[in-house]
Amino acid sequence: MEEESDTRKINNSFLRDHNYATEADIISTVEFNSSGELLATGDKGGRVVVFQREQESKSQPQRRGEYNVYSTFQSHEPEFDYLKSLEIEEKINKIKWLPQQNAAYFLLSTNDKTVKLWKISERDKRPEGYNLKDEDGRIRDPSTITSLRVPVLQPMDLMVEATARRVFSNAHTYHINSISVNSDLQTFISTDDLRVNLWNLEITDRSFNIVDIKPANMEDLTEVITSAEFHPQQCHTFAYSSSKGSIRLCDMRQAALCDRHCKYFEEPEDPSTRSFFSEIISSISDVKFSHNGRYLMTRDYLTVKVWDLQMENRPLETYQVHDYLRGKLCSLYENDCIFDKFECVWNGSDSVIMTGSYNNFFRMFDRNTKRDVTLEASRENSKPRAILKPRKVCVGGKRRKDEISVDSLDFSKKILHTTWHPHENIIAVAATNNLYIFQDKVN
Amino acid sequence: MSATTAMEVNVEARRILAVSISKLYASRTQRGGLRLHRSLLLSLVMRSARDIYHSSRESEVLTGAPSEEPMDTSSSQGEQTPQPEPQPEPQPILNSAEVTPEEPENTEDECEGEITEDKENLSPSRQSRKRRGKASAAPDFLPSKRARLEHGEERYAAALGSCRVGAGESLTTLSLNRVIPAF
Repeated sequence: MEEESDTRKINNSFLRDHNYATEADIISTVEFNSSGELLATGDKGGRVVVFQREQESKSQPQRRGEYNVYSTFQSHEPEFDYLKSLEIEEKINKIKWLPQQNAAYFLLSTNDKTVKLWKISERDKRPEGYNLKDEDGRIRDPSTITSLRVPVLQPMDLMVEATARRVFSNAHTYHINSISVNSDLQTFISTDDLRVNLWNLEITDRSFNIVDIKPANMEDLTEVITSAEFHPQQCHTFAYSSSKGSIRLCDMRQAALCDRHCKYFEEPEDPSTRSFFSEIISSISDVKFSHNGRYLMTRDYLTVKVWDLQMENRPLETYQVHDYLRGKLCSLYENDCIFDKFECVWNGSDSVIMTGSYNNFFRMFDRNTKRDVTLEASRENSKPRAILKPRKVCVGGKRRKDEISVDSLDFSKKILHTTWHPHENIIAVAATNNLYIFQDKVN
Repeated sequence: MSATTAMEVNVEARRILAVSISKLYASRTQRGGLRLHRSLLLSLVMRSARDIYHSSRESEVLTGAPSEEPMDTSSSQGEQTPQPEPQPEPQPILNSAEVTPEEPENTEDECEGEITEDKENLSPSRQSRKRRGKASAAPDFLPSKRARLEHGEERYAAALGSCRVGAGESLTTLSLNRVIPAF
């Protein structure tokens, strides 16, 4: 699939003018809203930057709507837990949009411990002509007021403001890894290593615990929850993935505490590939329902798997993301890369899936044609409006001209977070502190 | 041939254990607190490596190579969910050449630095207020004496404490279960 790249570096450190990456600028999550009009990114510094697609102009029909900064706000601040003497990172782990119901936009953002509901709204008018205060805001002396007037709304420069409407806190002992909004638009779940909590968007002082896998004796702990998501259409169904490579589908109608799954997806391990690191690479880092609700996609360290919800004993499809790393697991363990949590994403029609890799590579797999492509997100290798060139990793033997050998891969450049526009072929890819937005060719 | 392979596995297992210990130690100071998932994965790798190391050591014991008894306990396998033993290499044959286990230099250096801390933290049985759970069933060849440490320091120092032991067995006596912090 060919892509036109509208590459640009979107510098999240808007207050500074530096070229080097500061750690706070590292993008930690990206998410399109349900219409695709807005794109939100969260970073390690606790900030959220929202981009808006500009309206397509009639004068330049070739120029598809580009994404510009719409709003920036500090969502989370670093905190300190005095009881445990632990610092709570402000890094935004996940952002999830609520579907738009009025003029304002709502999103949920979370760090390790606290989920917040943000309202992003526009203000382009302000009232003028108050009686008791003048235009500068100073209180007028009542004795000077001789007549009354009605304040009128006057246009002003567009201002986009973000306000925290709800703060959902103190419900997680462990680190929150995911949040998911229910299709009922009234509830959402937040998930940490051992528990899943169900919240009502209106109520912040309590939540229901619906999954708890904490063993009575912590020494018996063998698996943790790595991600959870609501079914896109069935408001009573959600799935959660584990560090052991299994996925459980739960129905909230069965019991208040969904400790018993109604479906359990796991592929038996292949004993021939067993190694010291088998457990680590089988840990699922992301789980996503397809838009049509019939499939589940999971990402573990080396593969992406598509599961049919009707078939629990093995995945429908398995795609190798970077199998050439299988022989390098020991070095990847030493440099900590083996712990990287890659995300995966469906396109709008569920025909193509995408996930990231190293060296700023990301991979797309077409489920119908079974073709796959490796693309690179880098300024050096792609000019604006140029078509991205497919990349190839040479696994051994003779290296062809454009190929890159496994040993030359830069493991510090990893694409962990990607998102796909809900309807169009527009993708956003986060490469450390840079955001790349790629659009499909016009015509 | 297989003896050499067994030794390679042995060395590899020890190296992985050493790397894992240093990662565990480093994770204490990272921002945001200990990550349960990461600690769990580290402990799983350490257990795999330790099992490999044990099985190759057992065969050495059978051939008469000297083995030193560790001084503090290791974790149990008892209550863990049974997992398939990783066997990436064939088992060393009984008549393997005598292999003197060499303590990897880096591990020893690491451990030296932590000996002082560990001595300070050792204290005779002190009831922990945290949920500890029943004592792990230690394998036969390990003594049951348990190093009790300061509350809160137990899990990490337990892993480190085993480094104090003499050459050869030290890395296998990690209390792997205790590396999972109980909040």
